[in-house]
Amino acid sequence: MWSFLGSECLFFGSLISTYLVYRNHSLVGPLPQDVFDIPYTSVSAFVLLMSSLTMVLALAAIQQGNVKQMRVWLLATALLGTVFVSGQVYEFTGFVREGLSLQKNLFGTTFFVLTGFHGAHVTVGVIILLSLFLNSLRGKVTQKDSLTVELAGLYWHFVDVVWIVIFTVVYLLPY
Amino acid sequence: MHNPTGTEVTEVTASEANHQAHAHPRAGEYVRIAVILAFITMVEVLVYYQESLHSVIVPILLVLSAVKFSLVAMFFMHLKFDNRLFSTIFTGPLVLAFAVLIALLTIFHRVLFGA
Repeated sequence: MWSFLGSECLFFGSLISTYLVYRNHSLVGPLPQDVFDIPYTSVSAFVLLMSSLTMVLALAAIQQGNVKQMRVWLLATALLGTVFVSGQVYEFTGFVREGLSLQKNLFGTTFFVLTGFHGAHVTVGVIILLSLFLNSLRGKVTQKDSLTVELAGLYWHFVDVVWIVIFTVVYLLPY
Repeated sequence: MHNPTGTEVTEVTASEANHQAHAHPRAGEYVRIAVILAFITMVEVLVYYQESLHSVIVPILLVLSAVKFSLVAMFFMHLKFDNRLFSTIFTGPLVLAFAVLIALLTIFHRVLFGA
């Protein structure tokens, strides 16, 4: 898992590098300052941060053999992840309505590719969490399988740290 | 050490279990870390809107982001408590990705854009 996450660091590193290289080089609008809604994205960032807390609480619960509590925290994490992805879809829809698209300008291309890949990773994470939840209902996730929950958690936390970087580099750094 | 009765095995298992119990933080500590992360996010947004900090906004935001990244990696991903090999496997590509970023920014801004 750590090797996979290491390779993911390089993957997102490349996408973030590309975004930064072409930052402020769009010839036509809309530009970031025209479309970004910082309070809205801050709430999304907060939601994803809190999902990391619920994920680690799910792991703590299964390590103590409390399967019921683990289910609750897993479901909460999946729910928060779904809220984040839904928020991203809503945000993207708004941007498209304002004229931004993959082909419109360099900002649109690099922004949608970077945040789109991140959103896809969150979606995969939600699917993994829901699979774990369903398997636990069938009695297939017990205290002995805490490593499985830990590995799912590592993936989820990685998705969170990537968003920590994207939130700062893409949204907050001044243009 | 060479006891084949299994007594020592039980002791080792108990020791490992004890280590496990103390190796990872408890739920309360996770909540404290989450509160700190939420607080830092709030500070980031406040700094973003603070006109007077505009000249130093980039280093402030990068440091705050690095602190959040480190907190999640160390406590939620347990890198602080796990084998150092995991940290090396994770931070190696991270450093490489950062080096690629610096190299690309230098090449593109100096050569292609003439900045």
